[in-house]
Amino acid sequence: MMSRTALDLWVGIFVAIGFAALVFLAMKVGNFSGINGGETYRIEAPFDNIGGLKVRAPVKSSGVLVGRVASIRFDTETYRAVVELEVDKRYEFPADTAASILTSGLLGEQYVGLEAGADIEMLKNGDRVLITQSAVVLEKLIGQFMFDRAADAPAAQ
Amino acid sequence: MSAFSGQNSPLVSLRDVRFAYGEREVLRGIDLSVHRGQVIAIMGGSGCGKTTLLRLIGGQLRASGGTVEVEGRNLARLSGSELYALRRRMGMLFQFGALFTDMNVFDNVAFPMREHTALPADMIRDLVLMKLQAVGLRGAAALHPTELSGGMARRVALARAVALDPMLILYDEPFAGLDPISLGIIGQLIRRLNDALGASSVMVTHDVHESLEIVDYIYFVSDGRIVAKGTPDEIRASTDPFVHQFVNAEADGPVPFHYPAPPIDSLLGREGA
Amino acid sequence: MNAIAAALRRIGALTIDGIWRLGFITRFLFAVLMHSGQSLRRIHLTIRELYFSGVLSLLIIVVSGLFVGLVLGLQGYDILQRYGSSDAVGVMVALSLLRELGPVIAALLFASRAGSAITAEIGLMKTTEQLKAMDMMAVNPIARVVAPRFWGGVLSMPLLAALFSAMGIFGGWLITVAVIGVDDGAFWSQMQAAVEFEYDVMNGVIKSAVFGTVVSLIAVFEGYDCQPTAEGVSRAITRTVVTSALAILALDFVLTSFMFRG
Repeated sequence: MMSRTALDLWVGIFVAIGFAALVFLAMKVGNFSGINGGETYRIEAPFDNIGGLKVRAPVKSSGVLVGRVASIRFDTETYRAVVELEVDKRYEFPADTAASILTSGLLGEQYVGLEAGADIEMLKNGDRVLITQSAVVLEKLIGQFMFDRAADAPAAQ
Repeated sequence: MSAFSGQNSPLVSLRDVRFAYGEREVLRGIDLSVHRGQVIAIMGGSGCGKTTLLRLIGGQLRASGGTVEVEGRNLARLSGSELYALRRRMGMLFQFGALFTDMNVFDNVAFPMREHTALPADMIRDLVLMKLQAVGLRGAAALHPTELSGGMARRVALARAVALDPMLILYDEPFAGLDPISLGIIGQLIRRLNDALGASSVMVTHDVHESLEIVDYIYFVSDGRIVAKGTPDEIRASTDPFVHQFVNAEADGPVPFHYPAPPIDSLLGREGA
Repeated sequence: MNAIAAALRRIGALTIDGIWRLGFITRFLFAVLMHSGQSLRRIHLTIRELYFSGVLSLLIIVVSGLFVGLVLGLQGYDILQRYGSSDAVGVMVALSLLRELGPVIAALLFASRAGSAITAEIGLMKTTEQLKAMDMMAVNPIARVVAPRFWGGVLSMPLLAALFSAMGIFGGWLITVAVIGVDDGAFWSQMQAAVEFEYDVMNGVIKSAVFGTVVSLIAVFEGYDCQPTAEGVSRAITRTVVTSALAILALDFVLTSFMFRG
């Protein structure tokens, strides 16, 4: 049996290494410094079509991560989707900011892009983004393309 | 004198104690008492229920009938913490010592003191070394239990059992598997420690000759009942066939050599011959 | 007809036995929790068990974590570069380790390294009557022997799982960035953009805490419950490893379906 001090030392080393690993995972792997509980505010954005947007999808502005999608619901008054965004307190946006659903790459995940406006008023917790652009639905796009081609074809001959 | 009147009542008394493991009856009505200062032996063949008897006295098992009293308190009525309070004043030597294998000899003996007293470390050290001195193993304090011989382990366990100066010491087969020298040492230690501490001892054994040397009273148990009892001199002089068979180690007698079976002649088909 | 009846009887017996054991293990958990005061008051008892279940598992966790990370890096790179997204290898390695592989493999290793040792130790103490001797000395073996080992396991498991994940990510980085040549910045930045602390890291930690509790409970229970013979102890050790592995994988499915449904 080893002495008590040696045992304490080893357990101390073990706990220190374990917590170092946790800190590494928090700081270097996860974006712990990015968004945490109390430092966010929520805004709503109605969309005609959210495509494949998921809860917890990133919210980006100019490509920088500023928040996450908190919830998605369907509003039966307007028959539109309402997406709730959780945005970092450090990033404030003008009231006339536009939200659009974009896709990273051709097949990548969908995210919400925020484009700042020019208003002096800033968006506050619970505010609603008024200018939105829905997701590009590939089927619609292809349908549109085919329709256009079909419409164009006789005219060309 | 009234203060001493308690001294006359037995420390341990069993009245019509019965015990069964499920359907199998092991004890069928045992009456037994241990007076203060006595060393008594419970003897019998293997599997006769004597270890069960010891467990009942230690409160590890509960009797299915009759009463077991220690210091006049019925063990069946004690709560868990009351039983633990009583056990702090009991010591038990297990068959193979049951030393804690993750501690050395010193820590094994110190264990009950550290668990139950708030004594400073240097006082515990002195007490442990005194206990080890009493069993002749002060020099082995730093050894690990795996480094001890069977006899030495038994002596360390004895030192541990008497660490808190108990009023009652229970021994489960203290002589099993020991060479004659170790056996003699353990026998002497049991008697000496009992007298030095003013304690009472109950030992379960089947070693007749060693026991006759050191004990005050002997109970013979067979088939769940007490079949004979007496002081060593009475036992030596006894004409009881069971005692005679046991003391002289005869193969056949009241305890038959053969397990019950039909006569062998019938098996060989010689009835008509 | 008889064969069917016999088979049904066997199923019935196994079910009853299983439910009985489940009830018994739950009661045992309550007993351990009730008698945990001492292992917290005399913290050194628990620190000692942290040494046995934590420190002694360090080597196997570090080495296996590293190798799992190396393999994940190799395979991930091989698959992702077919789609031209080899930069995302960091994301893949980190998420698979944090969410699943870290907690699960660390728990499986923990069950076979520390869990079996705990079962063996308690089983041996039971076989050699050490637990009974303790009980006769008015020291409760559940408080003195079982509870510290349980808490040692519960506390060391999340740390070991975090270490496993960290080593795995390091291994993935080593093979993809240092050996294959994936861009260092892309590796980390993609990972940081995709991994969320509260969601991915914390859920992994919660998983490992659950696994640690279950494995420790199974290990101390099997040790305490074993037949007091050499054969009984070896059977108990086997049961600890098998039951733990099954419990870890089944619970992982349940936890995953609650945690990662979005």
